[in-house]
Amino acid sequence: MRLLFERSVPGRRAALVPELDVPAVRFDESLMRTRVPRLPELSEVDLSRHYTELAKQTHGVNDGFYPLGSCTMKYNPHVNEEIAALAGFTDIHPLQPVETAQGCLAVMWETQRDLQEILGMDAMTLQPAAGAHGEYTGLLLVRRYLQEREETDRTKIIVPDTAHGTNPASAVMAGFTVVSVPSNAQGGVDLDALRAAVGPDTAGLMLTNPNTLGLFDPDIVEICRIVHEAGGLCYYDGANLNAIMGQARPGDMGFDCTHVNLHKTFSTPHGGGGPGSGPVGCKDFLAKYLPGPIVVRRGDAYAFSQPEASMGRVRGFYGNFLVVVRALAYLKTLGARGVSEASVNAVLNARYVLKRLENSYSIPFGDSCMHEFVIDVGPLKDETGVSAMDVAKRLLDFGIHPPTMYFPLIVHEALMVEPTETEDKTTLDEFVTAMLQILDEAHEDGEKLHGAPFDCAIGRPDEVEAARHPKLRYEFSD
Amino acid sequence: MANVPEGLKYTKSHEWISEQGGTYTVGLTDFAQDALGDLVFINLPQEGDCVTAGETLCDVESVKAVSDVFSPVTGTISEVNEALADSPEMINETPYGAWIARVEGVSDIEELLDAAAYVAFCGKE
Amino acid sequence: MGSYVPNTEEQREEMVATCGLSSTDDLFAVIPPEARVAHLDLPAGLSEMEVRAQMQAVADENVRFPSVFRGAGAYRHYIPAIVTSVTSKEEFVTAYTPYQAEISQGVLQSIFEYQTQICELTGMDSSNASVYDGTTAAAEAVLMCKGRTRTGVVLSGTTNPQVTAVVKTYCESRGVHVIVVPPAADLSTDVDALAAETGDDVAAVYVQSPNYYGVIEDVEAIVAVAHDHGAKVVMGFNPIALGMLRTPGEMGVDIAVGEGQPLGLPLSFGGPYLGIMCARHELMRKLPGRMVGETTDARGNRCYVLTLQAREQHIRREKASSNICSNEALCAMTASVYLAAMGPSGIRQVAESSAAHAHYLAERLAGVPGFSLRSSRPFFHEFLTECPTRADELVSALAGRGILAGLPVDDGILWCCTEMNTRSQIDALVAAVREVSAR
Repeated sequence: MRLLFERSVPGRRAALVPELDVPAVRFDESLMRTRVPRLPELSEVDLSRHYTELAKQTHGVNDGFYPLGSCTMKYNPHVNEEIAALAGFTDIHPLQPVETAQGCLAVMWETQRDLQEILGMDAMTLQPAAGAHGEYTGLLLVRRYLQEREETDRTKIIVPDTAHGTNPASAVMAGFTVVSVPSNAQGGVDLDALRAAVGPDTAGLMLTNPNTLGLFDPDIVEICRIVHEAGGLCYYDGANLNAIMGQARPGDMGFDCTHVNLHKTFSTPHGGGGPGSGPVGCKDFLAKYLPGPIVVRRGDAYAFSQPEASMGRVRGFYGNFLVVVRALAYLKTLGARGVSEASVNAVLNARYVLKRLENSYSIPFGDSCMHEFVIDVGPLKDETGVSAMDVAKRLLDFGIHPPTMYFPLIVHEALMVEPTETEDKTTLDEFVTAMLQILDEAHEDGEKLHGAPFDCAIGRPDEVEAARHPKLRYEFSD
Repeated sequence: MANVPEGLKYTKSHEWISEQGGTYTVGLTDFAQDALGDLVFINLPQEGDCVTAGETLCDVESVKAVSDVFSPVTGTISEVNEALADSPEMINETPYGAWIARVEGVSDIEELLDAAAYVAFCGKE
Repeated sequence: MGSYVPNTEEQREEMVATCGLSSTDDLFAVIPPEARVAHLDLPAGLSEMEVRAQMQAVADENVRFPSVFRGAGAYRHYIPAIVTSVTSKEEFVTAYTPYQAEISQGVLQSIFEYQTQICELTGMDSSNASVYDGTTAAAEAVLMCKGRTRTGVVLSGTTNPQVTAVVKTYCESRGVHVIVVPPAADLSTDVDALAAETGDDVAAVYVQSPNYYGVIEDVEAIVAVAHDHGAKVVMGFNPIALGMLRTPGEMGVDIAVGEGQPLGLPLSFGGPYLGIMCARHELMRKLPGRMVGETTDARGNRCYVLTLQAREQHIRREKASSNICSNEALCAMTASVYLAAMGPSGIRQVAESSAAHAHYLAERLAGVPGFSLRSSRPFFHEFLTECPTRADELVSALAGRGILAGLPVDDGILWCCTEMNTRSQIDALVAAVREVSAR
């Protein structure tokens, strides 16, 4: 495919804005740029065709099955896109007088209220732009809480070895150090190891439940109790909320603060990597540290209020508002029963696929699962040389986006499968058929699979060269 | 079978080390470079940095992973192999020629293995 | 209740049987009773028609101003139709992060194009694929400069207060101390005061230009001061302004960050926006977040792939310099389409029109008693005037006439114009200001 710069023809331009109707302004030469930017010059028809071509080389969840573990790639409803495009939302300046933006504040307030109910939390901020951003914000709540109590010796955040990479990274950004605790044979947190790890230097625990193996830790209440007893706080990573929303609430399990991913659990689209939204909820005692301003309701009107001991800001303005709009539309559509129905079907779909594959692939923690499960391709690799990467790449030829690869780290050739509730049995059966066919191919001619995918626009890219000698921009020949 | 030269000493974390006139030179073994795969970048330490035996000296990146290189000695870094900044693949191609750092003023040394012991150790990995 | 669950009751029964369960309730048997929730106190679900009606009603409670003269970090520019239509394509909207390069060449190429356009616009060598917004870009940029002995950051007090607030939050938790240098009386950076604060322990100096008050800063003087002390310079830019003004690259800046919202993103009550980050070649590997690189596949085809991933949190974990995972991919694509639609002449035209309208307004407002310019320094498309009456009352009165006036700031009003403020709109504003302030 040609790049924009390769389609560019000097002199092409569109008439998008009118000619000047006031006198031009001249700045001193010393303030002006000396080099014209080499931005592409294209007619609108060229531009349109360029992006049509790019779209044909892009694969979204609305195009096909996307069982990416930990990502919850559920269907992105069309009506939410229309609602988020309403001029009454898109055209509102964030610094308009509050009386003229009551609709925006209402959206934020209602979303907070609904999410608080689902999570079992008392207060919330919508500022964080993504899950990792939410984790950082939540850990800053812990930090502020400990600072106010002058418990500055509490510097360690405990993280299970199955945790997503953002967890330890966020902990370090928030000024903590990380202590990793191992998982037990059932894939849950090893309680003895946890008891040994907590102490007077414990600031808190970060956990997702179900964990990244797709397993609900039955000891969860005890885990939170152990950490609280040692004087630490408990942070819930809401990435896997889709398994339990409407069935259990992190606030009832003992968690003090949490984030959710609107672009996972609440159907807002991924956009090729963003924008997302990672609202953070907390119990009452942490509410005063939330980033401000937050939305409050006074009688019939909404207003902004600054929490009394706010950590400050973690971003400009109030959050990814149009993403929140989509999430609210989704929540209004589902209602209480729909929220429950989503988690029931998410778990059932995952359990079903597990059952259909358990006699063919190795599923180490496979007695049961919640909304996702992990296949260990290790044994297959030992037998045939075919790795998780090869299986994943071969799936592309079937038009199926591969499951998450090589995560969690405690399973070496991992493929994490999360169907979500917006797929039906027929699609799941097709996935199973594809996986079984790949298994047969692995036994017949494993060597061949190293070259997969065979039917895609490109073969496997040379990532070593890309990392050794990075070319991050187009180079003009002049 | 990985290459393990006789004249060097080795650590259990797969570094090699040699000494001359009080200066210790550290690199990664053939076993290590093979396990790491194609290296794409090395986050070189700086001259003057203090290192401690058993702790991280620097790290190396392959496409999908980052791995620590540990210092077998406690001391101060006197020289760094800047050529690795542009050509990390030298470690893959000539692991015993592509030294990473030299350390002086050494006050503590980890327990080291000789070639035979290191071969035996790798056999068990 | 609305639902996106396609399974029928019959299909569910088959699946329950395959799983060896008696009912779907068994799926949650592992949850301890004390954590189980019986019932969520949420409103009942609605049909699509009702959801649409309700959300439209909420949107209608907001006031859409036909005339907008307020900026301060969010700018109303013309969004070409092609920008909206391209970025609404379902494939782009619903795609995941392009980890599987073989089926994501569309997204990857568009990010590569974006990275290139940003480098051309700013004169810098390398750009990442975006971060959350301009404020977090600023915070990530100053932290990039942190070293063992350099743990301080100096910010010019002419910076947007939201940027300053976010930088402070991020720096506090990393043990980096922040000094803010108060502005000079003419609303530019007090370079002497900045120099005095820039010691050997300072990692980075941050300056925004055009600054919060619209004033164009003497960035080169600040670069000289900072580099003299071994500190790096992080500059906050406005991407539209770079259609005509001197670029960070030309001025010797080390890292350039900006809020990309003006590049085709609607005001949207503050988000989603776009954090632009670009840097000199030597700092490329320190840039946080995603980056797309060009490479070849096994058949020798040119293709694109996420690269330098070993810097990122999913690999480095606690050693990552940043935890950032998502970027603002669709927003970056929006900026890329906008820049492609405008072209170099279009972006220059938007910049010139914004500046021209702002200067026209400033001149006409100066003719209204009490609305003189506070600074005589050159400004781009925003400027601060005095306000002889109560600013909030003025804003209110103008709102009643469909005008969103400038923002009350520091006992004055910060006005903004873009290419969307026509001459007649500006004349109407001035007449209204004259009338209201005379009361």
